[in-house]
Amino acid sequence: MDRRDAAWYVDRVAQGLIFAGGISAIVFIVGIFVFVTKEGLGFVFGPLQPGEFLTSIAWRPTSNNPTYGALALIVGTASVTGFAMLFSVPLSLGAALFIAEFARGKTREILKVLVEMLAAIPSVVWGFVGMSIMNPLIIRIFDVPVGLTVLNAGLILGLMAAPIMTTIAEDALKAVPDSYREAAEALGATRWEVVVKVVIPASRNGLLAAVLLGVGRGFGETMAVLMASGHAINLPTSPFDSVRALTATIAAELGDAPVGSDHYGSLFTLGILLFVVTFVVNLTADLVVRGVGKK
Amino acid sequence: MFAPTPLNRRSYRKQRLARAVFFLMTVALIVPVLVIVGTLVIRGGPAISWEFLFTPPRNFMTEGGILPALVGTVWLVLVALLASVPVGVAAALYLSEYAPDNLLTRTINLAIINLAGVPSIVHALFGVGAFVLFFRIGASILAASLTLAVMTLPVVIVATRESLQAVPQAFREACWNMGATRWQTIRKVVLPNSISGILTGVILEVSRTTGETAPIMFTGAAAFVAFLPESVFDQTMAMSYHLYYLATQATDVPEQTTFGVALVLIAIVLAMNAISIAFRVYLRGQKKW
Repeated sequence: MDRRDAAWYVDRVAQGLIFAGGISAIVFIVGIFVFVTKEGLGFVFGPLQPGEFLTSIAWRPTSNNPTYGALALIVGTASVTGFAMLFSVPLSLGAALFIAEFARGKTREILKVLVEMLAAIPSVVWGFVGMSIMNPLIIRIFDVPVGLTVLNAGLILGLMAAPIMTTIAEDALKAVPDSYREAAEALGATRWEVVVKVVIPASRNGLLAAVLLGVGRGFGETMAVLMASGHAINLPTSPFDSVRALTATIAAELGDAPVGSDHYGSLFTLGILLFVVTFVVNLTADLVVRGVGKK
Repeated sequence: MFAPTPLNRRSYRKQRLARAVFFLMTVALIVPVLVIVGTLVIRGGPAISWEFLFTPPRNFMTEGGILPALVGTVWLVLVALLASVPVGVAAALYLSEYAPDNLLTRTINLAIINLAGVPSIVHALFGVGAFVLFFRIGASILAASLTLAVMTLPVVIVATRESLQAVPQAFREACWNMGATRWQTIRKVVLPNSISGILTGVILEVSRTTGETAPIMFTGAAAFVAFLPESVFDQTMAMSYHLYYLATQATDVPEQTTFGVALVLIAIVLAMNAISIAFRVYLRGQKKW
């Protein structure tokens, strides 16, 4: 009997549409790469001098004799992200351990909600906090002339990256079977011993992935870094120096770069760099979570 | 009875110390949120009035209110939702109801993770390259909203997939056994049983979309538009971009006004987030199966 009634055709159409939606994420990620590359390619194979790009700090795209040295921007991004991770990684992992292993019932729920609130604050508000609250505070406490620095942007970035690290790390800790903990406790181990000797080693990969995703988040943050880092081209020698980040450069200059110009192409080239680095970081985190390299 | 030996006592001391240290670390992450919200309320609160919320800015933004930015944000969020919710729900349906465990499915999952991880400014570049220039939409609400939609797609997909997977497999099997097609099962059984979870994800997406700045800066947000948007092809002011503009470019704007804008923005975002969380907690208590 042929069952090709109306319902059968509706089912087919629905399946087709759902499949189209299913692959949308792939379409968009490829689309992002294609369109960003398309606008940047003319610059990459034209005026770009790889040596200058990677070793010069002279980012002067609007001068009569333009130079495109991105070193200061790369170092700026690295220093702010590095400073952020310095305090954010221990705090986030500590918070994840507390929430997953020590907190109980109501306390745990409330802490989780508060961490989610931290994640919800928009980056432009963080940037505004950096400019209007942290800036005067840093100037007063450390007696320095400028407060929009690696320190300021790093502190803000650390707080912004903390929720994702805490959440992913907590998931990793929760994925450790309770029977492991019970076995250790039956041998007389305290909670602390269970955590150090059993839970952390068992969830090592997940914790590493959490840190990687935090780094990726910090690396790609735009508005907060633009507003709080001082946006000055500079190789920092201390946390009290202003810097300029890759993301912030695009955000600050794209509006003034005529479409199709070298300047415009150079900003898309920075975009390609950002895309590739975050792609690699995310891919690595995914592989780590899946336990590639585990026997 | 067991009497604690000195060794036991030392272990317990260590445990109490560890607990205290981890607790303090958690508090160190949470205190800043409370301080920030508190400061914004104290310094921005006095700026809030009916006039502030419901009149346009005047006199180079040094006076007046934020109405066009508020209305613009509503437009941007609604258009972004219209674009991303159907696609996101379809993607989640595919992953939860159809996808076999194969390379394509792994690639889709990887693409979702990367879509969420790509820096917002790269999404902005994509928006400019694809929507504004290639598809010739021009800088407009439509281009900005589509950029936002692509960016927040993972939020919808992940939340929807979770609530679809929470529907017990037996429900589907019962329906198939009655001779229903896959689509009939999805429409009559799976979606009705997961709709509230999907809604939670959508509210969360509203919260995310409202605060985004970088993706709309070059695709449709403008520093000042004297009139309210009338179609999706207009440029518009937006709360997030308005805050950026007041904080970095505008001159002689009273500090209180800028704090007021930040307060309204964060109030919208946190309220949406709180609704989403409360909804989730409520649903967890309601589980029928």
